[in-house]
Formats: sequence, structure tokens, C-alpha cells
Amino acid sequence: MRYLPHTQEEIAEMLAEVGKESLNDLFSTIPDDCRMEGDIDLPPSMTEWELDAHMAQIGASMRVTPQHKVLVGAGSYHHYIPEMIRALASRSEFLTAYTPYQPEMAQGTLQGIYEYQTLTARLLGMDVANASIYDGGAALAEALLMGLRINKKCKKVAVSKGIHPHHRQVVRTYLQATDFEIVELPLGEDGRTDLASLAEYSDLAAVALQSPNFLGVIEDLQAAGEKIHETGALFVTSFTEPLAFGLLKNPGECGADIVCGEGQSMGLARSFGGPGLGMFACKDKFTRNMPGRLVGETVDKDGKRGFVLTLATREQHIRREKATSNICSNQGICAMMAGMFMATLGGTGLRELAQLNHSKAEYLKSELRKAGAEIVFDSPTFNEFLVRFPSDFKPVYKQLFDNGIVAGIEVGRYYPQYKGCYLFCATETVGKGDIDAVVQEVRR
Amino acid sequence: MKNVPGTSGLIMNEPLLWEKGKKGRKGMSIPAADVPQVEMVSTLKGAGPDFPDLSEVDIVRHYTRLSQWNFGVDTGMYPLGSCTMKYNPKTNEKQAATPAIGAAHPMLDDEYVQGTLKIMYDLQQYLQAITGMPAATLQPSAGAQGELTGMLIFDAYHRSKGSKRTKILIPDTAHGTNPASAALCGYKPVPVASNADGVLDVESVAALMDEETAGIMVTNPNTLGLFESNIRAVAEIVHAKGGLVYGDGANMNAIMGIVDISKCGVDVMHLNLHKTFSTPHGGGGPGAGPVCVVEKLKKFLPVPHVLKEGETYRLDWNNPDSIGRVHGYHGNYGVLVRAYSYILSMGAANLKKASQLAVLNANYIKEKLRKALHLPYDQPCMHECVFSDAKQHELKVSTLDIAKRLIDYGYHPPTIYFPLVVPGAIMIEPTETECKEDIDQFIETILLILEEAKTNPELLHSAPVRTKLKRLDETLAARKPCLCG
Repeated sequence: MRYLPHTQEEIAEMLAEVGKESLNDLFSTIPDDCRMEGDIDLPPSMTEWELDAHMAQIGASMRVTPQHKVLVGAGSYHHYIPEMIRALASRSEFLTAYTPYQPEMAQGTLQGIYEYQTLTARLLGMDVANASIYDGGAALAEALLMGLRINKKCKKVAVSKGIHPHHRQVVRTYLQATDFEIVELPLGEDGRTDLASLAEYSDLAAVALQSPNFLGVIEDLQAAGEKIHETGALFVTSFTEPLAFGLLKNPGECGADIVCGEGQSMGLARSFGGPGLGMFACKDKFTRNMPGRLVGETVDKDGKRGFVLTLATREQHIRREKATSNICSNQGICAMMAGMFMATLGGTGLRELAQLNHSKAEYLKSELRKAGAEIVFDSPTFNEFLVRFPSDFKPVYKQLFDNGIVAGIEVGRYYPQYKGCYLFCATETVGKGDIDAVVQEVRR
Repeated sequence: MKNVPGTSGLIMNEPLLWEKGKKGRKGMSIPAADVPQVEMVSTLKGAGPDFPDLSEVDIVRHYTRLSQWNFGVDTGMYPLGSCTMKYNPKTNEKQAATPAIGAAHPMLDDEYVQGTLKIMYDLQQYLQAITGMPAATLQPSAGAQGELTGMLIFDAYHRSKGSKRTKILIPDTAHGTNPASAALCGYKPVPVASNADGVLDVESVAALMDEETAGIMVTNPNTLGLFESNIRAVAEIVHAKGGLVYGDGANMNAIMGIVDISKCGVDVMHLNLHKTFSTPHGGGGPGAGPVCVVEKLKKFLPVPHVLKEGETYRLDWNNPDSIGRVHGYHGNYGVLVRAYSYILSMGAANLKKASQLAVLNANYIKEKLRKALHLPYDQPCMHECVFSDAKQHELKVSTLDIAKRLIDYGYHPPTIYFPLVVPGAIMIEPTETECKEDIDQFIETILLILEEAKTNPELLHSAPVRTKLKRLDETLAARKPCLCG
């Protein structure tokens, strides 16, 4: 096997050195009744070329192909990814390094993550961003736990039903063994979170809204923030499409205390949902309550600028059960890639790309409307929106799929009141021709 | 000394991203608009972030230079104990980037994504075969999230029995994630001291285990690199009080094909695909922490869970006893594909061989260094060995100094000051992918450094000197945090 370098002679020499007769003798401390009988039941080993063929076959069994135009977002977006990001992230000095515990031989990772933290903080309008959480779901759970730590006396958090339903499920999972309570805030007719019920609660540690929300609607974060702060709760905002902040007011401007979300849009492939990137940021005054790793600037012995992991006394390897989170491994290389992507676009490019996404989605929206479909919410949207068709859309969906277009996803599983409605997304990867083809099929 | 890997070379300077560039540059070709521009509603519109504008060449040079300040497994030996820094095969990267997989959207109906579901199903089967456990979930994103999943399963199990337990036993050799994960479930960690041989005593577990205690978390082999030989007896005691046994699989690389986890009395176990199954650590992540369970706990696994019916794969969302989701989709899927590729490349015989050679390499290092370094637990080790700096104290040289001097010679240092039960610990895990010449060279380098400690300790105190930066001021970083530029 090409990954196992030992020759028979070397094995013999090394065994002699350690005073053992055979490789099996190395395991003398393992009791007989713990041992595996026979061989592991696995397929025979494959050569590199057999593996290529096997994976090609699996790839070919996918009915959705890379050639499909996927007009679906719902938390996982198709954006163009410049080849240089793949090339740079594949540099094995980055890819095959561990967590930068020895800063003198990890300045590349450390400066890169410091840059990611900085660009993330600027994107979200916050003071501090961490080095990443696993994904948008875990980031939201961590944000709410952080809110509960800060507002210690409160045992309750509220989450909007506009938050990605899977992320809300992760929150429920994380909190289920605690005595904390989760209340859900309904969506109004306009697709925005209805905050009227907030008045019923006086003991909320944090209230979370997603914007743009799962159904594509941009929340009025500024107004929501004011109402939430009146209750004494922390204002948490989440997102699944960070590109939107190229065009929209950022959450910091709208008064958010903690901002978290899924960063897959920032240069990561959809890859069946992972690895993604939990982006996480907050106001300065909450830094010491943050979960996850932080990179900070310092100097070396000669006074030269350098970077290290810092404020580790919040973390599990020092604090153990009193840590702000159990997280250890995070999404390192994904955060590096997001940093690369943000740098690649720059301020100018991000603005242009965000505007293009918005225009594409608005074109799709207006053409569908002309074709007789109902756009469920009048509220402003970014690159996603919910559509109700006058008749069963499933046959049209299937026809379009066969024509190479994935026309939205049906949301009834998550929102029974919108059963039969489809959530559409149009990014820069969708051409006018693709949109016209969808509309033509709808008209048929 | 001849042939050490570390020599001085040309190191390029590189500023921070926002210290370079010019407004109006772009590193990406954005398609021309083929639809009319529609303005965002003015009350919602913002100014956009203050990002630097850079060209493609600016960015390529920037990150290429940064990468040259870094050290990975591909650069050289990385014997970081407990982290299993084995070689990360290149073909795994290629397979994870298979176009149909890379482009797969996670929310389409099962019929459109049979290939990606097949990989999940098969990988579950393989991990079950490797551990001997009957069921698995691939959702947890890393080891710590696997632990949390396991603890939530403990909690759900006890609730299903009508009880809420409040404590959990955790040996003093455990990783910090164990108590932190347990605390998220409201469990108060109760430390169990390991005995003079570095393993758990049946008596100390028996003395602490009661019906308020949810169970025990055991890392096996433990962080001293020793197999917990009393594991079955420990499990019996825990089970007798209605508790469950959690196995932290961080050190699975020592025992593949050798130990059947289900026979050890373990009820729940996570695996670190980014350790044992060769997926790259990426300078901190992403990892993957699948969790394997015994039959009676299967119903608590996260949803959705992939099933095979005839020749069709399907996601099962309906499991009323499930603890729920721990990930927005299906876990760190790209990492799962890499581990799947590794297992298919290796097969059963080579996985077992990998464990044997990992253990051989560690025992060989232990034998070769035992005279020069203090060996606190003189036992046959598994895949890693733990020394301390006790013999160097009189020279006023510490573990940190030895570690930093190793950098000058071109090695990543071992894990230091962990496990906590060994003051000044030096924890060496060579892994199976290091060949004998490289291990001999590493041993020779350590011995050389220990000689330097006697003759010229200043060389160690001032190390490293060949890196771009010298020792960094971590105290300053924490006292005056500057986390954002």
C-alpha cells in the first residue's frame, strides 16, 4: 500500500529494537475479549484508477448534474467560484496543517484567519468575528447559548419562523437537555416576522431573526432591533446568504448584538450541504463570552508583527466544563476560502455581484408574475422569493428538470400554510435564457 | 548534524490584504447583466462593506506567500500527539471534488441524488464494520460535536427510562472537549483519577458510579497512549447502575482491525475522520465526527438518516425518538467523501496494517528516547508515547524550549503540556505514514537538542530562530486583544 512506507526488513529491525517478535505482540495489553474476530468486513482495496472509475460511476448515477441550472437556494447557493480559490486553498501548507498551536510555523494560517475575521466583521458591521463555527445551524445555537450566558437570569430565547427550519431544528437539539425554553415567533402576512407576541414575554435572553429569511423576505431589522431591545433581550440576527450584505444595510447598522450565519455562499461549493462555514460575530463588549477560536495580533521577540490564537481562557482545552463552548476543530480551511473569496470580489465586486443577483431574481419574479404566478409576499427580497402557481406545479417541475433546470423547492414540509408554493432563487449563474425557459414552461 | 530537514531559505514579506490594492480593482470576472437593473428599496439599502479591491495576481501572490510561512504534513513530520497527523492522500481531494458531488444541492428529493446518498449509506456501513457497532450517523461536524451528539443520546436514553441524571464520570486524562460537551447537557463532570499505571481502576469507577450518574466517557486508547485494559469491567459497573459508556474515538488509529468496540462494552462512540481516516485538518478544520451506537440507542440517532430499500437510497425523516439534527444538512459531506475514498483505497488488511505500524513507530520512538527523556508511565504504548521534561529541569530547559528548538530543525513539535496528569508532557504520535529513516532522523534530532540543552541551553531558550518570526508574545495578545484590522 502506497501510504505505508515500511519494508519487511524495517519492520523486523524495529520490532527487534522494541523487543517484540511480531506486530501482533505490540498489542499484548489488549484483553482477548475485546479483540475483533476475523477481518473487518470491507470491500477489497481499490487502486487509484479503480477508485476513479468507481466515483465516476457514482457521479453518473446522480440525476441532478453539474450542468443543471439550479434555481434553488434555501440555505445553499450556487455562485461562481474563481479557480484561484480552489488552487490556493489546495496549497498543502494550508490544507495539511493542524490548528495553529505553534504560531511560529503557522503564520500563514494565522494571518489568513485574522484577515477572514476582519473581512467578516466589516461585512456584517460588527466589531469582532471569530475563526468560525461548524455551520449556520450550529452558529445560531451557539449565538443563543451565548445570549443565555450574557443574560444569565433569563431562561428563554425566541426564534423567528423565518429562520431556516433546519437551523431551528439544530437549536432545538442543542438546547433539549437544558432547562432553557425556545419560543417561535410567527411570520406575518408580509413574510416578515410578527413581533406582536414579544410583549407577552419579559424574560427573553435573546431574540433571533434571519434576514433575508428562509422565504427570501428581507426583514426590517432596524425596527425589529428596537422592539427587541425594549424587552431587554439581545438582538441576534442570522443569515444564509451573506452576499446580500453587498447591497443591504448590514446587521451591525441595524443594531444587532450577535450576528451568525451560513457562509457557504462565500466561495464554497454546495457539496451536498457541507463543509460549509458558520460565520459568527458580535459587539466588542461581548467578546469574552464568544464561542470558538480567535486570532489576535501581537509581536515577536524582535517586535515584528505576528498573529496567535488568543483569549483561549474561554475555550474547552483550558476551561473544560466552564468553557464558552465545546467546539475545538472548526471549519479552518473553509474560513480561509471565504476570506479569499471576499478579497477576490473586493468592495467593488461584492457590490456588483450582489446587485446582479438582485436584478436576476427580480427579472424572474416579474416574468413569473406576468405568466400568471402569484408572488406570495410583496415585501422586498434579495435573490430568493416564494411563488404560488395557479395549478399543480409538480408536472412543470419534472418537465423542467428533464430540460436541465431545477425550478425551486416546494416548502410545504416546513410551512404547511404554504403547501404547494415553491421557493425560487436566481444568482449570477442563471442566464436570462434559463429564466425565459422556466417562464415559457409555466405558461404552457 | 547532517540532513536535518530545516534549513534557512528565502522568506517573502507580505502585508495584510487591506494594506494593498487599489479601489476599482477586481479579482473576479462578474458576468455582464443580461436583465434590467432593479434597484434595492432605498430604506434597506446599505453602502456595502469596506473591502480592499485587489487583482487576481495580488491575491495569488498574497496567499502563496502566506502558505510559505506555514508547515503541514506535506512539508514534514508532524508528530502532534492525539491529532493523528498522517498523510492526507491526494486522490481523496479529487474524489471529493467529483463535479456531480461538488455541485449537489442538499435539499433536492432523494430520487435526484442517489449517488450522494449511496456514499453516505456505504460509509455508515464501513464505519460500523470497523468499530463493530450496528448503527451510525455521519452528521456531527467534528469530534466535539460527536461528543455532544453522544451526550444528547445519553440524556434521551435516560429520559426514555423516566430519569434525568445529573453527573458524568470523566477520567483525568480526557480531552477538554469531553467535560465541555457533557456540560452542554447539564451533566456535572466527575473526574476519575487514573492509577499508577496510567489506566482506569475498576475500584475507582465503582466508588463513583451511582444512579445519579449518566455514565462514563472513556478515550481508548487514552491520552497517555495506553489501552484501557479494564474497559470491560468498567463498562459492567456502569451498566449495572443503569449508565452508559461513551467511547471517545480520537485514538482509533491504534486499534483498527484489532479491537471490536462493541465487545468492549461501549454504547456510543465517535470517530474523527480528520484523524484516523486521513482527511486533512485544514489548519483547524473542517473535521467530521460520525457517531456509532449499539442497537438499543439507534432510535435516538439524528435525523434524517439514510436507508437502503432494495437498490434505492432514501432519507428517513420520521423518527420520533431522535435527538434531532446537529447539522443544517448532512454534516461535512466533502470530508465524508474523503474518508470514504480512503477506506476504499485501504481495504481491511491495510487499515489493520496502518494501526500496527502506527503502534510500532510509537513504541520504537519510546524505546529510542527513554534514556534521554523521562518516561512517566513505562508501559507498552499504543500509537503515541508521552514523555516529560523532568530530566531537563536541572538544566533550566523546559518542554516548550525543546518544542521550539525542534522547529528550527524542520519538525512540527509534538503536543506539549497535555495530558494534564503529566507535568511538562511531550506527547509524540508519529503515525504509520512516517518511514523508518524519517523517524530515525527525528530521534537523532531530539537527542541532539537534548545535548544542546546541556552545552548551550540558550539555543533552546531563544528558539526558533530560523522561522519568519521568533517567539510570539501571547500574553500581550490576550491582555490587549486586537482581533480585527
